[in-house]
Amino acid sequence: MTLNVKERRTKAGTVLVATGEINSETSGRLLQALLPLVREGKPLRIDLTAVTYVSSAGLRTLLVVYREAQHADVAVTLYGVSEEVRFVMSATGFLDFFETGEATAAQAKARAKAKAAAR
Amino acid sequence: MTETAGSEQVLRIDAYPTHEVGGYRVRAGKPYPFGANVVPGGVSFSVFSDQATSMTLVLYKRGEPEPMAELEFPEEFRTGSVFAMTVFGLDHENIEYGYRADGPFDPVGGHRFDARQVLSDPYARLISGRDVWGVEPDRSRGYQYRSRVCLQDFDWGDDTPLRIPAEDLVIYEAHVRGFTRHPSSGVTAPGTFAGLREKIPYLKELGVNCIELLPVFEFDESDNPRSNPETGEKLYDYWGYNTVAFFAPKAGYAATGRYGMQGDEFRTLIKDLHAAGIEVILDVVFNHTAEGNEQGPTISFKGLDNSTYYMLTPEGYYFNFSGTGNTVNCNHPVVRNYVLDCLRHWVADYHVDGFRFDLAAILGRALDGTPLPNPPLLELLAFDPVLRHTKLIAEAWDAAGLYEVGNFPAYGRWAEWNGKYRDTVRRFVKGDTGVVGELATRIAGSPDLYAGRGPAASVNFLTAHDGFTLADLVSYNDKHNEANGEDNQDGANDNNSWNCGVEGPTDDPGIRALRMRQMKNALAILLTSQGIPMLLSGDEVGRTQQGNNNTYCQDNELSWFDWQQVQDNAELLRFTQQMIAFRGRHRELRSTVHPTGQMREQLGLPDISWHGERAWQPDWSPESRLLAVARCGHGDDDVVYVAMNSHWESHDLELPALPGGRTWHLFADTGAESPYDIRTPGTEQELDNAGKYLIGPRSVVILVGRTPQGD
Repeated sequence: MTLNVKERRTKAGTVLVATGEINSETSGRLLQALLPLVREGKPLRIDLTAVTYVSSAGLRTLLVVYREAQHADVAVTLYGVSEEVRFVMSATGFLDFFETGEATAAQAKARAKAKAAAR
Repeated sequence: MTETAGSEQVLRIDAYPTHEVGGYRVRAGKPYPFGANVVPGGVSFSVFSDQATSMTLVLYKRGEPEPMAELEFPEEFRTGSVFAMTVFGLDHENIEYGYRADGPFDPVGGHRFDARQVLSDPYARLISGRDVWGVEPDRSRGYQYRSRVCLQDFDWGDDTPLRIPAEDLVIYEAHVRGFTRHPSSGVTAPGTFAGLREKIPYLKELGVNCIELLPVFEFDESDNPRSNPETGEKLYDYWGYNTVAFFAPKAGYAATGRYGMQGDEFRTLIKDLHAAGIEVILDVVFNHTAEGNEQGPTISFKGLDNSTYYMLTPEGYYFNFSGTGNTVNCNHPVVRNYVLDCLRHWVADYHVDGFRFDLAAILGRALDGTPLPNPPLLELLAFDPVLRHTKLIAEAWDAAGLYEVGNFPAYGRWAEWNGKYRDTVRRFVKGDTGVVGELATRIAGSPDLYAGRGPAASVNFLTAHDGFTLADLVSYNDKHNEANGEDNQDGANDNNSWNCGVEGPTDDPGIRALRMRQMKNALAILLTSQGIPMLLSGDEVGRTQQGNNNTYCQDNELSWFDWQQVQDNAELLRFTQQMIAFRGRHRELRSTVHPTGQMREQLGLPDISWHGERAWQPDWSPESRLLAVARCGHGDDDVVYVAMNSHWESHDLELPALPGGRTWHLFADTGAESPYDIRTPGTEQELDNAGKYLIGPRSVVILVGRTPQGD
């Protein structure tokens, strides 16, 4: 399972949309995509609506991003965390570090549409 | 190859392979630390075997039945008796590994090498193979308990072990699964670390400040061939005393075990318990392993270095001081270090606050099984810098008759489960005569056993996982273990229990009321005794095991905490909460030294004094069933008076006179109907008749001598 990442700039900051699985194979790519965005210093939202699984290495990657962002005084918010991923993040304590928000219905719909088109 | 240190790039020349083995790029690994450790570019594998002639690292893609590679350690990768190799380019999250050790198969000589077997790493910090509790494993697989690689980089924030003074502890002994597995628990993930975490508010409300967990090291719950003869249901190894991997938290106890995240889930639980002011003690089992005797399976030690890890008879059979088939060779220098490494791991990497050592008398036996006067392992643990402030608690006996309660080599550090406390208080509460003298010694912190060590060397308990629950102690004369499938032959016979008139459940209101009172009596004595009190999880709400005193195999409602009882037995829960709060309020119950009877000059009373129906005149006669004790602290501390009557009749008590304008106030009277049985500490009601109190049949009365506060 691969991971696709896409950035989108908005007035409120940057949104990184991830699709797929975040695991030991893919988390390096995610980190490479996220760290430059953190360094830009603008509020960062990581949209995980289309992320089906986050492995131990994946959770660690997200935490590394959080620590880098904290160091750079940048706000990081996770969006659209699925129920299963949220539970795993909660049980393992990773969720405690993050601000989380729900993806809006419109966003979710748009992404579902995009996903269908990609297929 | 580089790694990042701050903003600096550090160049490491050992991050490059030097050899190729089996198609993998490798180099000689570091012999220390043992186990599998992620290093720049790869994973370093290090394993000890003194007698192996060769060693092979076996690698699996996660979950695959057959290995993806077998890498024999080149001879030049061996340092002393340690085989160490760094393998580059591994996706550490998606591999499992084990070892094949070749060497002599010579049981009489102590060696049982078998290169056909793949062995678990004794230092494996993560194990897969039993990822979800109770799922029937695929036994056709050659390698069952698979070692995995993990990082030790948990973000603890500011958390450290709590270091609560030992005398201030109130320990709560609980089973991770049993605590929330019952459907009534209402937690998101029943029976797991995460489930227990959701119940932290309950523990806070109860008032305990330490939870002692039954074994959490990886074990195989399916390792029980028996079934319930009445229902045919499968029985389990529910308690988990047959350890498979000493460094790995049990995956089946984690809601995230199927993802291999049990380590982080357990750490998160500990972190949150600490935030709530609750310490974590682990019940650890170093006396034996899951490998059994010569008939048992080969999992790890047996195939890696049998004669080092196990105590063997001259004929090469396994000594059985543990009653489970084998005995770990704890005082062998290599094994000593293994135990030390293991405990350091749990303290450093999991922030555990202490350990309770199962059948710890075995830890004091020499290589041939004889008891040692100065066991090096116990000394090593007592003085180790990393373990310096952890609690070390011994179950100071073993299954081969070595009983060391009061004599366990302590080095100023070790506390003990005080089995004599349990037996004495049980006998008193059920109404035996000839016990009052010993009762006095036990509730004063057992100075006969722990002179010079202080009351905190005594872990006082009336019930534990092994034996009757408190509710069963007052409901059954005899054990009822038929469901265990051993014709009721298993479990202890000397329970010092009394059913109050009827064996088992009854609707008789008189018997039910007496049982409730007896439970309160027991709790009141336990929580006003000097020493560390330990409660069995569920006793505060009258948890029953229907008379089964050995539920090691019962993964069902017999063992689980029924949360409905929190409502149904609110009376007992409230009583326990207030007793714990009372103990926390009165330093004189938690003294660091044994009371001696010396006069407290400021109060004009001794630190401890004994009374009977008449003040200052305790009845030590063999027929006596009544004893009262008054404790007096320093300065402005209150005086605490506890009268214990196990007689079936009431008695008039003359109360000792109090100095300095103090008067007697009633905190608890187990003979009174709820809610008048107990008060919130600090709101005790002043007695109308200052010098007298009528104690009811089979009751405990607790009074506080203090200055009236306008109540």
